[in-house]
Amino acid sequence: MSDAAVIASPGVRSPLREFWNRLRRRKVALVSAALLLLLVLSAVFAPWVAPYDPTAADYANILAPPSAAHWAGTDAFGRDILSRIIWGGRISLAVGFLSVSIGGIVGIGLGLISGFYGRWLDSLIMRSSDVLLAFPGILLAIGVIAILGPGIDNVIYAVAVFSVPVFARLVRGSTLALKSAPYVDAARAIGVKSRWLMLRHILPGALPSVIVYFSMRVGTSILTAAALSFIGLGAQPPSPEWGAMLADGRSFIGVASHVTFYPGMAIFVTVLAFNLLGDGLRDALDPKLKNV
Amino acid sequence: MLNYLIRRIVGIVPVILVIALLVFLFVHMLPGDPARLVAGPEATLQDIENVRRSLGLDRPIHEQFVLFLWHAVQGDFGNSLKTRIPVVEEIGLRLTPTIWLTVCAMAWATVFGLLIGVASAVKRGRWPDYVGMFIAVSGISFPAFWLGLLLIDLFSVRLGWLPTGGFESAKSLIMPSFTLGLGVAAVMARFTRSAFIEISREDYIRTAHAKGVYARAVIWKHTLRNALIPVITMVGLQFGFLLGGSIVVETVFSWPGLGRLLVDSVAYRDYPVIQAEILLFSLEFILINLTVDVLYAVANPEIRFK
Repeated sequence: MSDAAVIASPGVRSPLREFWNRLRRRKVALVSAALLLLLVLSAVFAPWVAPYDPTAADYANILAPPSAAHWAGTDAFGRDILSRIIWGGRISLAVGFLSVSIGGIVGIGLGLISGFYGRWLDSLIMRSSDVLLAFPGILLAIGVIAILGPGIDNVIYAVAVFSVPVFARLVRGSTLALKSAPYVDAARAIGVKSRWLMLRHILPGALPSVIVYFSMRVGTSILTAAALSFIGLGAQPPSPEWGAMLADGRSFIGVASHVTFYPGMAIFVTVLAFNLLGDGLRDALDPKLKNV
Repeated sequence: MLNYLIRRIVGIVPVILVIALLVFLFVHMLPGDPARLVAGPEATLQDIENVRRSLGLDRPIHEQFVLFLWHAVQGDFGNSLKTRIPVVEEIGLRLTPTIWLTVCAMAWATVFGLLIGVASAVKRGRWPDYVGMFIAVSGISFPAFWLGLLLIDLFSVRLGWLPTGGFESAKSLIMPSFTLGLGVAAVMARFTRSAFIEISREDYIRTAHAKGVYARAVIWKHTLRNALIPVITMVGLQFGFLLGGSIVVETVFSWPGLGRLLVDSVAYRDYPVIQAEILLFSLEFILINLTVDVLYAVANPEIRFK
């Protein structure tokens, strides 16, 4: 982006500044970004932030309602729920980012190849994406888990699978639009290799929409991963994963509703923040898309 | 039109074959001996040999696939490892509750999604729009399983109005179908809003306003009617996704449907049931997509001739 800053004369604003100016006006997106930053920080520094050990049982304080000592109360083993949520944030955020990154990298590669080379390769990749896109993510994920077996590591791959077609289709569209752009033709004319054309000249043009989808997919992936843990196919009970905590607390509904309330809230707020940030980024990157 | 229909139906045959192949290979992809897996954990060596022969696992793999297809076409997926009853019967028992659940969820979600979408579009940029779109984005982000637990907490445990789970009466349908439909209502609202806004910029809407048609009539008769075409497509697509969502919702409400059967069979490693269910779900999605495309082609002649 430093190139853009050099070129930018007083009259011409750089795309980055333009983008920042539009994003700055979207208060909801900024609040979401701040919240997510806070979540990431608390997850990274969980050992210092969390008031208690997330696995330490305290049988004198079972199912205690929220109090000054335990802000979100304790669960059936007397474990501090707030501490578990903070540690669980590590799992959820890691699963979200990793799975979307894996799915994104594979999808971007396929999309570039599909759009750049066209012909049968394009048909093959796009038809396969269509088939994958036709399925709800959770069903694909369950299919993958049926093969790999339950567990949080496998959830990452399971959830990554359904990000692949989304990115493939998105990047293919941008590639088709950009591959005949004058600057790409110029690069080709001076003998730039195909691989380099795709990565250095076409991919950057596709990045804005990739970023928007990345944000939204992380939210969806966290939600799906939590759902998988809730139905018992993801993280297993002693783990402070949010979905697993909800599954754990189901039996105490009505008796100690806080056991499920706070982890549920954590999932909702995190996913909502990613979706709102995605909305804001989309509007700021491309004002034309606002009503779509 | 008939041409288009035939082309589409011919087009889905390879897709179905690929999915059937994947489902068939599924048992072979698992580590270990497929015969041993299918025979179940308590099988004797003799049982395993019998299974191997009855499934044709002693034959070359392409013959096995043909045999698998032949059995699948006849609805024969073997017996459930857990209950020992034929998989087809097992699935037959679970079909009706899931259909009830998805149809009810779809019905309310479509009505509310449309209303919220239209309200947001008409009052664009004012508070009903903000409220509507806030509900929509929350609905997409809300974990269905948490919503289910919150509803059980309030309406079953505290108020005692509704049963916590199972499928006994019409009352049992209320909470599960609400929970399942929320995400769809949210998507519908967003989609209706953008479709509505797009149509309301058309010349013929301006003409209708200009010639003095009541605003209400323009909204419901002129704009919504045209906006409905893409919305109908969306309803079809969402139907498929409801079937996916039912997996989670059925677990929350102990609903005796297909979704919970799938979860149970994955947890129990009940491979014949998993195979049959994945094939069934896939066929459903393919048929729904086909129906949507055909309806779309009926509505929009341009597509037919592409």
